[in-house]
Amino acid sequence: MKITVRKDACVGAGQCSLVAGSLFDQDDDGIVVLINSEPAAAEEPAAKKAASLCPSRAISVSE
Amino acid sequence: MTSRHRVVIVGASIAGITSAETLRFEGFDGKILILGDEPHLPYIRPPLSKQILLDAWEPERTIIKTQQELDHLGIEFRGSSPALALNLKERAVITADGPENYDDLIIATGARARRLGGDIGIRTLRTVDDALSLRKDFSKAKHAVVIGAGVLGSEIASAGRALGADVTLIGNTGKVSFGSIGNALSSQIQDLHQEHQVALQLKVNITDINKENDITHLILDNGQTVSGDIVVAAIGAIACVDWLQDSGLEIADGVVCDEKGQAADGVYAIGDVAAWRHLTTGKATRVEHQTNAIEQAMSVAATIVDGRESTAPVPFFWSDIHGVSIKAYGWFDGQPLNELESTSDKGTLFASQKDGRTNGVISWDLAASAFRNARSLLDESITYRNSKSPIKEQR
Repeated sequence: MKITVRKDACVGAGQCSLVAGSLFDQDDDGIVVLINSEPAAAEEPAAKKAASLCPSRAISVSE
Repeated sequence: MTSRHRVVIVGASIAGITSAETLRFEGFDGKILILGDEPHLPYIRPPLSKQILLDAWEPERTIIKTQQELDHLGIEFRGSSPALALNLKERAVITADGPENYDDLIIATGARARRLGGDIGIRTLRTVDDALSLRKDFSKAKHAVVIGAGVLGSEIASAGRALGADVTLIGNTGKVSFGSIGNALSSQIQDLHQEHQVALQLKVNITDINKENDITHLILDNGQTVSGDIVVAAIGAIACVDWLQDSGLEIADGVVCDEKGQAADGVYAIGDVAAWRHLTTGKATRVEHQTNAIEQAMSVAATIVDGRESTAPVPFFWSDIHGVSIKAYGWFDGQPLNELESTSDKGTLFASQKDGRTNGVISWDLAASAFRNARSLLDESITYRNSKSPIKEQR
């Protein structure tokens, strides 16, 4: 799986770092920081959930 | 469930798309068809009254999924294809191109803006086309009138000022209210509007409307008349259930569902159109909130695949008014807010607290890092909510 983020769309809700803290963090401006773009198999459900929960749809995952 | 199983989703906004995506994430390998009534690819609405109206974004940036991404997920999307009726017995959605058969149906038709004044040209803001047309006309407007003193009305008034129009904001409750926060921030928001020269008329009713030479005059019950060359109504939304009136489904304010979103055998409703029944109170109510739409979409998708439940996300919403960023995270029940110390050198941190527990935090233009820090005040509550939230208790 590959994760991509659009920093310009991020509104800093932080839902991603809440459900997938090993993959996403926020910088000092609250904007998403992608820690790891290629999650381990065990992290994939959390990555998908983070993508769906993002209120500004700034996260995409692809197989 | 076999790969011949077909799910039809009516509605292509955040609820519909999230349900389709979650079906795939949960391993559903059948067919998925999404019917949308607008011609555009699926898009999110919150930026319409913010970045789009302010001309900061082009509409492409609101798109949730590109055609390529939809193809990749094996989701068939058909725009400009509104559902016209539902035949429960035949398990078919009727469209202009004929019936679409389903094994499971997800109703996600959302809500449309409540209109005012018949055909007199009072505008609304719900779709991307509404936003683009308003943006164009705001730049030429001298005086704009916004009817409805909620979040959307405040955002439109703010955009109108930024685009150079004089703005009057009209409400009938005496206060500016603000989504799930209710009236707890009314005085701050009213002050903000006044600092930016928005004229407020917050406790009036409109008794008559007339139009002459492109100027609309609103006659108010306090004897005054407010006039504008552009008038926008932001007075709430009505569930899009017209196509279901003869279907046999129970329709009240929206599509009445049980506590898991089921309206009939193999038929579910999610998002703004859905009125899920509360297990303890028995009341079926609609919730117009993006987090709720996402949560219901995930829950119904999981139910269709294998009946599993997903944990509830913490509600979040954000707004931008006159350049002030307001973010609300958590649960608010309209009670007064406490002002807390924050790590930010600007803005204010508010919290909704009860019995020693912090249920929600609001960033009033805080530095983002301070908002992130403040969210951790809820962490203990979140753990509690996820295992035993008021929403989960309904299920």
